[in-house]
Amino acid sequence: MIAALIGLPLFGAVALLLGGRRTNARGHLLAVAMSALSFFIAVILFVQMIPKPEEEREIGQHLFDWISVGAFQIPFGLFLDQLSIVFVLLITGVGTLIHIYSISYMEHDPNRRQFFGYLNLFIAAMLLLVLADNYFLLYLGWESVGLASYLLISFYQQKPSAAAAGKKAFIVNRVGDVGLALAILLMFVTFGTLSFEGVALGAGLAAPSTVTWIGLALLLAACGKSAQFPLQSWLLDAMEGPTPVSALIHAATMVTAGVYLIVRAHAIFDLSEVARTFVVAVGAITLLLGAFIGTAKDDIKKGLAGSTMSQIGYMILAAGLGPVGYVFAIFHLLTHGMFKAGLFLGAGSVMHGMHDDVNMRHYGALRTTMKVTYATFGLGFLAIIGIPPFAGFWSKDEIIHAAFGQSMFIGLATLLGAGVTAFYMTRMMAMTFFGEARWEQDVKPHESPATMTIPMIVLALGSAFGGMAMLFIGDIEHWLEPVTGFAYPQNSVSNDVLIPTTLAVILVGAGYAWLRYGRRPIPVVAPTNVSLLTKAARADAYGDAINESLIMRPGQYLTRSLTWFDTKAIDGFVGGIAAAIGGLSARSRRLQNGLVRSYALTMFGGATLIALILLLVRL
Amino acid sequence: MNPNNYLVLAAIIFTIGAYGVLVRRNAIIVFLSVELMLNAANLAFVAAARNSGTLDGVVAAFFVMVVAAAEVVVGLAIIVTIFRTRRSASIDEASLMKY
Repeated sequence: MIAALIGLPLFGAVALLLGGRRTNARGHLLAVAMSALSFFIAVILFVQMIPKPEEEREIGQHLFDWISVGAFQIPFGLFLDQLSIVFVLLITGVGTLIHIYSISYMEHDPNRRQFFGYLNLFIAAMLLLVLADNYFLLYLGWESVGLASYLLISFYQQKPSAAAAGKKAFIVNRVGDVGLALAILLMFVTFGTLSFEGVALGAGLAAPSTVTWIGLALLLAACGKSAQFPLQSWLLDAMEGPTPVSALIHAATMVTAGVYLIVRAHAIFDLSEVARTFVVAVGAITLLLGAFIGTAKDDIKKGLAGSTMSQIGYMILAAGLGPVGYVFAIFHLLTHGMFKAGLFLGAGSVMHGMHDDVNMRHYGALRTTMKVTYATFGLGFLAIIGIPPFAGFWSKDEIIHAAFGQSMFIGLATLLGAGVTAFYMTRMMAMTFFGEARWEQDVKPHESPATMTIPMIVLALGSAFGGMAMLFIGDIEHWLEPVTGFAYPQNSVSNDVLIPTTLAVILVGAGYAWLRYGRRPIPVVAPTNVSLLTKAARADAYGDAINESLIMRPGQYLTRSLTWFDTKAIDGFVGGIAAAIGGLSARSRRLQNGLVRSYALTMFGGATLIALILLLVRL
Repeated sequence: MNPNNYLVLAAIIFTIGAYGVLVRRNAIIVFLSVELMLNAANLAFVAAARNSGTLDGVVAAFFVMVVAAAEVVVGLAIIVTIFRTRRSASIDEASLMKY
């Protein structure tokens, strides 16, 4: 049963990618069916899991022995527990909606079949990542996700910028992958096993410093995949991919992998205060950085990308808080998966109606022409900024509450993040759907077809009610507790004070944005005489510039000097010897002049020399 | 008679032969000079054998004669062939096999 979850989308991917043009006509339907079937199986497994008592909910499936070398045993084993199942439901559920949406969105693309093949591959890779029962198999899924993301981000490969963005995502992810590889190697050396269970058991007995190092390596891995500081730079460029891909990467797959990894390896983080502090710091920095970048973007997708960074920052921060935060990290991940997918699909729908223009300065007043998009995007907006009773409120409030339990400083950072989130999302709403129309000539905005609006509506409903459903019906805290552990935050600030404060901060942020962008006309060309902060945010907080000057250029100098050393010194030495011998032999060859008498003279001279030596030695 | 005289004579003949090999161009003369050197060596061998009263030097001299005979056959055949093709017996002109 569990293997079928991965097998179906994998089969779809293989069939579409190897099937060639024969599958052009109906291939996308096969892909949608595979993804939907996978979701169906996930629902069955979930329903089967619910009535069981807590300790019997985990089920495993051993497929075959993958690597078996002496004491080194890696089974190809799958494993489904309360944590995996929520991920599986999110991945297949949101994934299927995105598949359906893509049917219309990619309708006029000549490579639509290929696109659906890659989408299925992405789903299969992500499912493998969350269903693996050991870190090594997780690594396989992890790398497959990297591959699929590369293929999808650079899907419009005829555009140089898209090809570059795909490469950038892949390379930045490699940096993080080194972290995961190091963590796995350290685990194997320390614990002798790579299964989740074995590592969790062994962590308590290992040296605290080793555990800390493993935790930091895992954090590096999570930073790469989840676009956390300092490996965040690929995420904004990844917007070069088609919009459904952005929705898939940002909501259901890819960026959630880092959060999953940290929560899955909670046994490591529970034991290391230092590693957890680093996790919290990374989360706090990223949540503010992402929100900051989001405030100045005119590209609707890049604005949302900044928001994703920021929201994932919340999750990482929550995961770093320990048992008080793990379940809320996952909770926020699930609500975020719904509203962010909805927002991205909404953005795609807007672009669909605006001739693929992404510049919000060319939008405006779309609420009248794109009513469904406006309503669904609006629900996503209310969810992300955290207005009760929409989904984001429940999860974000819990994280802010837990953060105040950790320290006042971290709590204030999350509170500030919530305010800035309200600011940039309101700005986005105002620029896109309100104000006067600033459309380019011959652009006639129109509502998208039903295959696009239905997924958006489903996700909007999730954004509206998903949070309440999971919290009150699903009781997510106690659902996840057997896997991750759970503790109520010990708090100096109670929720009775915190919720009104948070709401006040959100309203201030939203109100300020409304005053600046809703009430005043928006210039069609972005103003250039702006503050330094705006310039910094427009340049992604100089992330690329910093990477370039700190890593890329010194690296280039290093390689250049090494190349110089190699060609001049090493090749020079070896080549010099060869040239010397060559030159010498070219000259000595002249002695072979064909004149017998000169040979005789040489012989005579030699014989005389030997005779002389013999005489001298004897004397 | 002093056996050293034989050795001195052998040295003189050898030197004449070596001089002929180095200086003359005519292949026949060079060849004759080589024979002179070989026979100078033979003379030295025989003188030494006589001097020490053993047969070793005499045996070596016989070997040298056999080798010299064989060498004459091959050498003259080569010289005659060269002369037939080039109409000359100068060894300086037969210098095709070089670098």
